[in-house]
Amino acid sequence: MVNDTAFAPWDDPQAKPLIRFDGVTKTFGNFTAIDDIDLTIYPKEFFALLGPSGCGKTTLMRMLAGFEETTKGTITIDGQNMAGVPANKRAVNMMFQSYALFPHLSVADNLAFGLKRSDMPKSEIQGRVDEMLRLVQLQKFAKRKPHQLSGGQKQRVALARALAKAPKLLLLDEPLGALDKKLRQETQFELMDIQEKTGTTFVIVTHDQEEAMTVASRIAVMDNGKIIQVDTPDRIYEVPNSVYVADFIGDVNTIEGTVSAISGENAELTWGDDTPALRATTSADLTVGNSAAFVIRPEKVAISTTEPDRHNRVQGAVEDIAYLGNLSTYFVRLPNGTLIKAQTANDRRLSQRSITWEDPVWLSWSDTAGIVLRG
Amino acid sequence: MSRRLLVLIPYLWLTALFLVPFIIVLKISLSDYAISIPPYTPQLDIAGGWAAVKDFFTALDLENYWFLTEDDLYWKAYLSSLQIAALSTLFTLIVAFPIAYGMANAPDHWRPTLLMLVILPFWTSFLIRIYAWIGILSNDGFLNQLLQWIGLTSEPLTILNTNVAVYIGIVYAYLPFMVLPIYSTLEKLDGSLLEAAQDLGCSRTSAFWLVTVRLAKPGIIAGCFLVFIPALGEFVIPSLLGGSDTLMIGKVLWEEFFSNRDWPVASAVAIILLILLIVPIVLFQRNEQAQREADQ
Repeated sequence: MVNDTAFAPWDDPQAKPLIRFDGVTKTFGNFTAIDDIDLTIYPKEFFALLGPSGCGKTTLMRMLAGFEETTKGTITIDGQNMAGVPANKRAVNMMFQSYALFPHLSVADNLAFGLKRSDMPKSEIQGRVDEMLRLVQLQKFAKRKPHQLSGGQKQRVALARALAKAPKLLLLDEPLGALDKKLRQETQFELMDIQEKTGTTFVIVTHDQEEAMTVASRIAVMDNGKIIQVDTPDRIYEVPNSVYVADFIGDVNTIEGTVSAISGENAELTWGDDTPALRATTSADLTVGNSAAFVIRPEKVAISTTEPDRHNRVQGAVEDIAYLGNLSTYFVRLPNGTLIKAQTANDRRLSQRSITWEDPVWLSWSDTAGIVLRG
Repeated sequence: MSRRLLVLIPYLWLTALFLVPFIIVLKISLSDYAISIPPYTPQLDIAGGWAAVKDFFTALDLENYWFLTEDDLYWKAYLSSLQIAALSTLFTLIVAFPIAYGMANAPDHWRPTLLMLVILPFWTSFLIRIYAWIGILSNDGFLNQLLQWIGLTSEPLTILNTNVAVYIGIVYAYLPFMVLPIYSTLEKLDGSLLEAAQDLGCSRTSAFWLVTVRLAKPGIIAGCFLVFIPALGEFVIPSLLGGSDTLMIGKVLWEEFFSNRDWPVASAVAIILLILLIVPIVLFQRNEQAQREADQ
């Protein structure tokens, strides 16, 4: 994510978006798959649609590909209204979740399939196929049939085939879903590399938040046909706009309470009767007396055996420890019953760990570590 | 060892039910017609010793095969059978493909019922079903009554006892053998392949030809052979629905055996038919083999 500081067309009011959703709704019978969505995606973005299954992310992508028509609203790609434009007339290509490689065609013929149906002269097709084979490093496999390839190779053929026609927009439907974890991580970086090399706008659909965080320039978190938040991965993680997003991305501690003081970005939240108010930042539109939720990531909660010198501190007892090798998560029960997770890096050997089950401990965090959201 | 015994079982059956009858028919085809029981000569007389066996073999000749080339009835019957079998295979394909396509695209819960409906005719005797077509196709049959009632024709159409009736009969009788293999290939077809083809620039029509039909090819070929091979030697349908000028080798064969009682010529006809069928059967086997390899 080296380019993040430089590449931010969404912050530039002059930038012209490649894709525009204006009040797009899609219903299937009584079921509303997409509910009045507005969204802009800029050229060269690697945009991720993230959400649980059934949230509408695949429908959104299929509308871009031209496989579904909108029920209401308009989709514009590169200034052109897409209503009534069939899939084969769009400068959009898709990489399918099942890869959808033609089983009767060799790798090279699969790559040439779209080119043969374009206005590219016959003499140039072979050259383009070779170029694509080089891009995904499959030169040796040009003559193989899909059933003679491994899962990772099929994935690369599918990617190369979708890129062969140099589309303005490439759609990727759970592109790494069928790969095992190790290969998936390698392929994520390959995808980013190829995206950068070709300069194509990528829209990826995934339910894997880690994948979305790794590859995307921006993420749209969806739920029930609505977009809950669109932001860069770091902001989605650090400044979620709702408990739903905070909970969906990564692990989180949530404490319900009431806003007792607010000044600018700083808020105080009272919770429980005999606990001091928590200090945190907020960007939500809250006033004193509102019910709200305080959320904090487990890795921002420090755990210690002695009382720390911080405003935000609570005392509890270790109920459980999840040892993950590189990390440990402590589940600490507070006197009022709330369970708080604190995560620490295991920079020492396990035998030297100073905290164990049933130990009374202090949990603390800085005034800016947590945020207050509308409850 | 036990594995070898297991392999032996199909070979034993093949020997008993195909090879032995084939050798008997081959032997009869090399014999001469005689007024006796059985109606041919020579008869193998093993009790007569080595000399009798030798006599038996010297008496065998290819005379009946020469006879088949002399009378143009036979090669005309072969050609006509080939034509009827080929054309009816084509018609069966044209009727069966939309059925199979519809079934494969039907909602999941409908498919077992539709499959059942395709197989349902087998519950009735083949002979009765063909007889039923006489009732439908005859001059005062259901079809003509219907056509006249809706006013499409004023005179009844003569369909029964023509080649048209034979085509109808064959298409009807062999339809399931075409529908089922095509359905099984179409059912396996991944719908995203069609979307991928459209995504890459195909219209709906060209995606249908380039993907659906292309990937159904093994099923289409299998279905065509399953219809063509039995249709070539078909006897019941041409004799019940066809006319006196319907020339099919199955009918000729039957007449040689039962009307002329000329077993040697009939056997020669049967042997030639078998040789004609070997070509498509070998091609069929190759197609199946190729598909098995592709499925791996």
